[in-house]
Amino acid sequence: MEANITTNKLSARFSDSIIETHSHRGDETLVVRKQDIQDICQFLRDDTELLYNFMMDLTAVDYLGQEPRFEVVYHLYSLAFNRRIRIKTRVSESDCSVDSIVSLWPSANWFEREVYDLYGITFKGHPELRRILLYEDFQGHPLRKDYPIKKRQPLIGPNC
Amino acid sequence: MGMMRFGIPKRETVPAVNPTSPDDDTRLLGGSIILTKLEAINNWGRKYSFFQYPFVTACCGMEFMSVAGPKYDLDRFGAALPRFSPRQADLLMVVGTISHKQAPILVKVYNQMAEPKWVFAFGVCAVSGGFYDNYATVQGIDTLIPVDVYVPGCPPRPEMVIDGLIRLQQMVVEGKWSDFPKGASPVTNIE
Repeated sequence: MEANITTNKLSARFSDSIIETHSHRGDETLVVRKQDIQDICQFLRDDTELLYNFMMDLTAVDYLGQEPRFEVVYHLYSLAFNRRIRIKTRVSESDCSVDSIVSLWPSANWFEREVYDLYGITFKGHPELRRILLYEDFQGHPLRKDYPIKKRQPLIGPNC
Repeated sequence: MGMMRFGIPKRETVPAVNPTSPDDDTRLLGGSIILTKLEAINNWGRKYSFFQYPFVTACCGMEFMSVAGPKYDLDRFGAALPRFSPRQADLLMVVGTISHKQAPILVKVYNQMAEPKWVFAFGVCAVSGGFYDNYATVQGIDTLIPVDVYVPGCPPRPEMVIDGLIRLQQMVVEGKWSDFPKGASPVTNIE
Protein backbone atom coordinates (compact mmCIF):
# COMPACT_ATOMS: atom_id res chain seq x y z
CA MET A 1 0.00 0.00 0.00
CA GLU A 2 1.18 3.46 -0.87
CA ALA A 3 2.61 5.22 2.11
CA ASN A 4 0.58 8.14 3.32
CA ILE A 5 1.99 11.57 2.48
CA THR A 6 0.85 13.11 5.75
CA THR A 7 2.42 10.42 7.87
CA ASN A 8 5.59 10.61 5.82
CA LYS A 9 5.92 14.35 6.05
CA LEU A 10 5.19 14.42 9.74
CA SER A 11 7.60 11.57 10.43
CA ALA A 12 10.32 13.39 8.55
CA ARG A 13 9.80 16.71 10.22
CA PHE A 14 8.77 15.69 13.77
CA SER A 15 10.55 12.36 14.11
CA ASP A 16 11.10 12.84 17.85
CA SER A 17 7.51 13.77 18.53
CA ILE A 18 5.73 10.83 17.01
CA ILE A 19 5.16 8.05 19.51
CA GLU A 20 3.35 5.67 17.22
CA THR A 21 1.46 5.56 13.93
CA HIS A 22 -1.43 3.44 12.86
CA SER A 23 -3.13 2.88 9.55
CA HIS A 24 -6.30 0.94 8.96
CA ARG A 25 -8.10 0.87 5.61
CA GLY A 26 -6.89 4.32 4.73
CA ASP A 27 -7.48 5.88 8.15
CA GLU A 28 -4.23 7.39 9.36
CA THR A 29 -3.66 7.86 13.06
CA LEU A 30 -0.65 9.40 14.74
CA VAL A 31 0.04 9.51 18.44
CA VAL A 32 2.24 12.47 19.22
CA ARG A 33 3.95 14.03 22.21
CA LYS A 34 1.80 16.44 24.11
CA GLN A 35 4.24 19.35 24.13
CA ASP A 36 4.44 19.38 20.30
CA ILE A 37 0.73 19.33 19.53
CA GLN A 38 0.52 22.99 18.63
CA ASP A 39 3.54 22.87 16.28
CA ILE A 40 2.27 19.74 14.58
CA CYS A 41 -1.18 21.19 14.09
CA GLN A 42 0.28 24.38 12.67
CA PHE A 43 2.40 22.38 10.24
CA LEU A 44 -0.59 20.29 9.17
CA ARG A 45 -2.63 23.40 8.57
CA ASP A 46 -0.03 25.50 6.76
CA ASP A 47 2.11 23.08 4.74
CA THR A 48 1.22 23.62 1.09
CA GLU A 49 1.11 19.87 0.41
CA LEU A 50 -1.20 19.16 3.33
CA LEU A 51 -3.47 22.14 4.05
CA TYR A 52 -5.56 20.59 6.80
CA ASN A 53 -7.75 23.65 7.05
CA PHE A 54 -10.79 22.05 8.67
CA MET A 55 -10.68 21.04 12.35
CA MET A 56 -13.60 18.59 12.28
CA ASP A 57 -13.62 17.17 15.76
CA LEU A 58 -11.81 17.32 19.04
CA THR A 59 -12.63 14.89 21.80
CA ALA A 60 -11.05 12.84 24.55
CA VAL A 61 -11.00 9.29 25.87
CA ASP A 62 -10.53 8.15 29.45
CA TYR A 63 -8.43 4.97 29.68
CA LEU A 64 -8.84 4.55 33.42
CA GLY A 65 -6.05 2.44 34.87
CA GLN A 66 -3.53 3.26 32.15
CA GLU A 67 -0.82 5.84 32.37
CA PRO A 68 -1.12 8.41 30.86
CA ARG A 69 -4.79 8.19 31.62
CA PHE A 70 -6.38 10.40 28.96
CA GLU A 71 -6.09 10.71 25.23
CA VAL A 72 -7.12 13.89 23.41
CA VAL A 73 -8.14 13.12 19.83
CA TYR A 74 -8.09 15.57 16.91
CA HIS A 75 -9.77 14.89 13.59
CA LEU A 76 -8.55 17.10 10.77
CA TYR A 77 -9.69 17.37 7.18
CA SER A 78 -8.03 18.90 4.16
CA LEU A 79 -10.60 20.44 1.89
CA ALA A 80 -7.92 21.05 -0.74
CA PHE A 81 -6.79 17.42 -1.00
CA ASN A 82 -9.79 15.53 0.43
CA ARG A 83 -7.63 13.91 3.09
CA ARG A 84 -8.30 13.12 6.71
CA ILE A 85 -5.95 12.58 9.62
CA ARG A 86 -6.42 11.63 13.23
CA ILE A 87 -3.96 12.97 15.78
CA LYS A 88 -3.92 11.70 19.34
CA THR A 89 -1.98 12.93 22.30
CA ARG A 90 -1.79 11.41 25.74
CA VAL A 91 -2.46 13.41 28.87
CA SER A 92 -1.70 12.20 32.37
CA GLU A 93 -3.98 12.78 35.32
CA SER A 94 -1.28 14.55 37.34
CA ASP A 95 -0.56 17.10 34.58
CA CYS A 96 -4.04 17.22 33.14
CA SER A 97 -3.59 19.91 30.53
CA VAL A 98 -2.68 20.35 26.88
CA ASP A 99 -1.97 23.37 24.68
CA SER A 100 -5.04 24.94 23.12
CA ILE A 101 -5.35 25.01 19.33
CA VAL A 102 -7.99 27.74 19.27
CA SER A 103 -5.38 30.11 17.85
CA LEU A 104 -5.10 27.79 14.81
CA TRP A 105 -8.74 26.87 14.29
CA PRO A 106 -11.37 29.01 16.08
CA SER A 107 -13.79 26.08 15.74
CA ALA A 108 -11.78 24.29 18.42
CA ASN A 109 -13.09 26.75 20.99
CA TRP A 110 -16.31 24.95 21.97
CA PHE A 111 -14.82 21.48 21.48
CA GLU A 112 -12.12 22.26 24.01
CA ARG A 113 -14.70 23.66 26.40
CA GLU A 114 -16.72 20.47 26.03
CA VAL A 115 -13.70 18.29 26.77
CA TYR A 116 -12.88 20.46 29.77
CA ASP A 117 -16.49 20.25 30.95
CA LEU A 118 -16.87 16.48 30.71
CA TYR A 119 -13.29 15.23 31.29
CA GLY A 120 -11.63 17.99 33.28
CA ILE A 121 -8.70 18.38 30.87
CA THR A 122 -7.60 22.00 30.73
CA PHE A 123 -6.39 23.71 27.56
CA LYS A 124 -3.58 26.18 28.04
CA GLY A 125 -4.14 29.37 26.08
CA HIS A 126 -7.87 28.90 25.60
CA PRO A 127 -9.57 32.34 25.56
CA GLU A 128 -12.55 31.38 27.72
CA LEU A 129 -12.26 27.97 29.32
CA ARG A 130 -15.47 27.39 31.24
CA ARG A 131 -18.21 24.77 31.24
CA ILE A 132 -20.32 24.64 28.11
CA LEU A 133 -22.94 21.88 28.62
CA LEU A 134 -23.25 21.57 32.38
CA TYR A 135 -23.98 24.36 34.79
CA GLU A 136 -21.38 26.32 36.71
CA ASP A 137 -22.05 24.71 40.09
CA PHE A 138 -21.63 21.16 38.82
CA GLN A 139 -18.96 19.27 40.74
CA GLY A 140 -16.70 16.88 38.83
CA HIS A 141 -16.52 15.71 35.26
CA PRO A 142 -19.13 13.10 34.41
CA LEU A 143 -17.51 11.39 31.41
CA ARG A 144 -14.57 10.30 33.53
CA LYS A 145 -14.82 6.58 34.08
CA ASP A 146 -14.52 6.98 37.85
CA TYR A 147 -17.45 9.40 38.06
CA PRO A 148 -20.04 7.56 40.20
CA ILE A 149 -22.76 6.38 37.84
CA LYS A 150 -25.50 6.95 40.41
CA LYS A 151 -24.22 10.30 41.61
CA ARG A 152 -26.85 13.02 41.55
CA GLN A 153 -26.18 16.71 41.97
CA PRO A 154 -29.31 18.42 40.80
CA LEU A 155 -29.34 22.15 40.40
CA ILE A 156 -32.75 22.11 42.03
CA GLY A 157 -34.99 19.37 43.34
CA PRO A 158 -34.25 16.56 45.78
CA ASN A 159 -31.64 13.86 45.41
CA CYS A 160 -33.08 10.70 44.01
CA MET B 1 -81.75 15.73 14.89
CA GLY B 2 -82.55 18.52 17.27
CA MET B 3 -79.85 19.15 19.82
CA MET B 4 -80.71 19.85 23.42
CA ARG B 5 -78.40 22.54 24.66
CA PHE B 6 -77.93 22.81 28.36
CA GLY B 7 -81.22 21.16 29.21
CA ILE B 8 -83.24 23.89 27.58
CA PRO B 9 -86.45 22.39 26.27
CA LYS B 10 -87.51 23.13 22.74
CA ARG B 11 -89.47 26.29 22.59
CA GLU B 12 -92.64 24.81 21.17
CA THR B 13 -92.95 22.33 24.03
CA VAL B 14 -92.99 25.06 26.65
CA PRO B 15 -96.51 25.78 27.80
CA ALA B 16 -97.65 29.30 28.29
CA VAL B 17 -96.57 30.62 31.68
CA ASN B 18 -97.69 33.40 33.87
CA PRO B 19 -94.48 35.32 34.59
CA THR B 20 -96.06 36.83 37.63
CA SER B 21 -96.98 33.49 39.15
CA PRO B 22 -94.92 32.98 42.33
CA ASP B 23 -94.90 29.16 42.14
CA ASP B 24 -93.95 28.92 38.47
CA ASP B 25 -90.55 30.64 38.56
CA THR B 26 -88.58 27.82 36.91
CA ARG B 27 -90.51 28.56 33.76
CA LEU B 28 -89.65 32.22 33.90
CA LEU B 29 -88.91 33.74 30.49
CA GLY B 30 -90.05 30.64 28.66
CA GLY B 31 -87.61 28.29 30.33
CA SER B 32 -84.59 30.18 29.02
CA ILE B 33 -83.02 30.52 32.45
CA ILE B 34 -80.87 27.78 33.91
CA LEU B 35 -79.97 27.50 37.53
CA THR B 36 -76.56 26.14 38.49
CA LYS B 37 -73.68 26.80 40.83
CA LEU B 38 -71.22 29.44 39.70
CA GLU B 39 -68.34 27.08 40.51
CA ALA B 40 -69.83 24.34 38.37
CA ILE B 41 -70.42 26.46 35.32
CA ASN B 42 -67.02 28.05 35.69
CA ASN B 43 -65.38 24.63 35.80
CA TRP B 44 -67.45 23.58 32.81
CA GLY B 45 -66.06 26.49 30.86
CA ARG B 46 -62.49 25.85 31.95
CA LYS B 47 -62.74 22.20 31.06
CA TYR B 48 -63.31 22.96 27.39
CA SER B 49 -60.93 25.89 26.98
CA PHE B 50 -57.44 24.87 27.97
CA PHE B 51 -54.84 27.31 26.74
CA GLN B 52 -51.75 25.18 26.70
CA TYR B 53 -48.14 26.22 26.95
CA PRO B 54 -46.11 23.59 25.06
CA PHE B 55 -42.82 23.20 26.94
CA VAL B 56 -41.34 20.93 24.31
CA THR B 57 -37.75 19.82 24.85
CA ALA B 58 -37.30 16.51 23.06
CA CYS B 59 -38.55 13.88 20.63
CA CYS B 60 -41.96 13.64 22.31
CA GLY B 61 -42.57 16.95 20.57
CA MET B 62 -43.14 15.08 17.31
CA GLU B 63 -45.77 12.97 19.02
CA PHE B 64 -47.28 16.08 20.51
CA MET B 65 -47.59 17.56 17.01
CA SER B 66 -49.31 14.38 15.91
CA VAL B 67 -51.87 14.47 18.68
CA ALA B 68 -52.43 18.18 18.26
CA GLY B 69 -52.77 17.90 14.49
CA PRO B 70 -55.88 17.14 12.45
CA LYS B 71 -55.84 13.36 12.76
CA TYR B 72 -56.19 13.10 16.55
CA ASP B 73 -57.06 16.72 17.05
CA LEU B 74 -56.90 18.02 20.60
CA ASP B 75 -59.25 20.76 19.46
CA ARG B 76 -62.11 18.29 19.86
CA PHE B 77 -61.47 18.57 23.58
CA GLY B 78 -61.04 22.31 23.59
CA ALA B 79 -57.27 22.17 24.06
CA ALA B 80 -56.15 23.35 20.66
CA LEU B 81 -54.71 26.77 21.09
CA PRO B 82 -51.07 26.90 22.13
CA ARG B 83 -50.01 30.09 23.84
CA PHE B 84 -46.34 30.94 23.63
CA SER B 85 -46.49 33.17 26.64
CA PRO B 86 -46.99 31.46 29.99
CA ARG B 87 -48.98 34.51 31.12
CA GLN B 88 -51.75 33.52 28.72
CA ALA B 89 -51.70 29.78 29.38
CA ASP B 90 -53.36 27.61 31.99
CA LEU B 91 -52.13 24.15 30.96
CA LEU B 92 -48.39 23.49 31.06
CA MET B 93 -47.58 20.60 28.70
CA VAL B 94 -44.11 19.34 29.64
CA VAL B 95 -43.15 17.33 26.59
CA GLY B 96 -39.74 15.69 26.78
CA THR B 97 -36.61 15.29 28.87
CA ILE B 98 -35.84 18.00 31.40
CA SER B 99 -32.17 18.39 32.23
CA HIS B 100 -30.96 19.95 35.44
CA LYS B 101 -29.75 22.91 33.42
CA GLN B 102 -33.26 23.31 32.02
CA ALA B 103 -34.94 22.93 35.41
CA PRO B 104 -34.83 26.59 36.54
CA ILE B 105 -36.43 27.63 33.25
CA LEU B 106 -39.28 25.18 33.72
CA VAL B 107 -39.84 26.44 37.25
CA LYS B 108 -39.82 30.02 36.04
CA VAL B 109 -42.36 29.30 33.31
CA TYR B 110 -44.60 27.51 35.81
CA ASN B 111 -44.42 30.41 38.22
CA GLN B 112 -45.23 32.89 35.46
CA MET B 113 -48.50 31.16 34.58
CA ALA B 114 -51.66 32.69 35.94
CA GLU B 115 -53.94 30.73 38.27
CA PRO B 116 -55.74 28.42 37.91
CA LYS B 117 -53.15 26.25 36.20
CA TRP B 118 -52.55 22.60 35.55
CA VAL B 119 -49.49 20.56 34.58
CA PHE B 120 -49.43 17.66 32.15
CA ALA B 121 -46.35 15.38 32.17
CA PHE B 122 -46.14 14.12 28.61
CA GLY B 123 -43.92 11.06 28.11
CA VAL B 124 -41.86 8.96 30.47
CA CYS B 125 -38.93 11.40 30.63
CA ALA B 126 -41.12 14.14 32.05
CA VAL B 127 -42.81 11.60 34.33
CA SER B 128 -39.72 9.99 35.87
CA GLY B 129 -36.62 10.76 33.82
CA GLY B 130 -37.23 7.62 31.76
CA PHE B 131 -34.12 5.72 30.80
CA TYR B 132 -32.02 8.86 31.26
CA ASP B 133 -30.96 7.73 34.71
CA ASN B 134 -27.83 9.86 34.63
CA TYR B 135 -26.03 12.93 35.89
CA ALA B 136 -27.83 15.36 33.60
CA THR B 137 -31.53 14.56 33.80
CA VAL B 138 -34.22 15.56 36.28
CA GLN B 139 -35.78 12.36 37.59
CA GLY B 140 -39.35 13.44 37.04
CA ILE B 141 -40.70 16.98 36.84
CA ASP B 142 -42.72 16.44 40.00
CA THR B 143 -39.47 17.05 41.87
CA LEU B 144 -39.81 20.63 40.63
CA ILE B 145 -43.49 21.51 40.15
CA PRO B 146 -46.82 19.90 41.05
CA VAL B 147 -48.12 17.59 38.32
CA ASP B 148 -51.79 16.83 37.64
CA VAL B 149 -51.61 14.17 34.94
CA TYR B 150 -48.85 11.68 34.21
CA VAL B 151 -48.82 10.11 30.75
CA PRO B 152 -45.92 7.67 30.40
CA GLY B 153 -44.74 6.08 27.18
CA CYS B 154 -41.75 6.59 24.94
CA PRO B 155 -43.49 8.30 23.30
CA PRO B 156 -47.10 7.97 24.48
CA ARG B 157 -49.68 6.94 21.94
CA PRO B 158 -52.07 9.74 20.96
CA GLU B 159 -54.87 7.73 22.57
CA MET B 160 -52.99 7.87 25.89
CA VAL B 161 -52.60 11.62 25.62
CA ILE B 162 -56.28 12.07 24.86
CA ASP B 163 -57.16 9.80 27.78
CA GLY B 164 -54.92 11.89 30.01
CA LEU B 165 -56.58 15.07 28.79
CA ILE B 166 -60.05 13.69 29.47
CA ARG B 167 -58.96 12.72 32.98
CA LEU B 168 -57.63 16.22 33.46
CA GLN B 169 -60.99 17.59 32.32
CA GLN B 170 -62.63 15.40 34.96
CA MET B 171 -60.29 16.83 37.59
CA VAL B 172 -61.18 20.35 36.48
CA VAL B 173 -64.90 19.59 36.75
CA GLU B 174 -64.46 18.26 40.26
CA GLY B 175 -62.16 21.12 41.24
CA LYS B 176 -62.97 23.60 43.96
CA TRP B 177 -62.22 27.28 43.94
CA SER B 178 -60.39 26.75 47.17
CA ASP B 179 -57.84 24.60 45.27
CA PHE B 180 -56.41 27.81 43.84
CA PRO B 181 -54.12 29.60 43.93
CA LYS B 182 -51.62 26.78 44.11
CA GLY B 183 -48.81 29.29 44.52
CA ALA B 184 -45.21 29.16 43.40
CA SER B 185 -43.24 25.99 42.91
CA PRO B 186 -41.74 24.63 46.15
CA VAL B 187 -38.24 24.92 44.69
CA THR B 188 -38.60 28.49 43.45
CA ASN B 189 -35.93 29.86 45.78
CA ILE B 190 -33.10 28.17 43.86
CA GLU B 191 -34.07 29.80 40.58
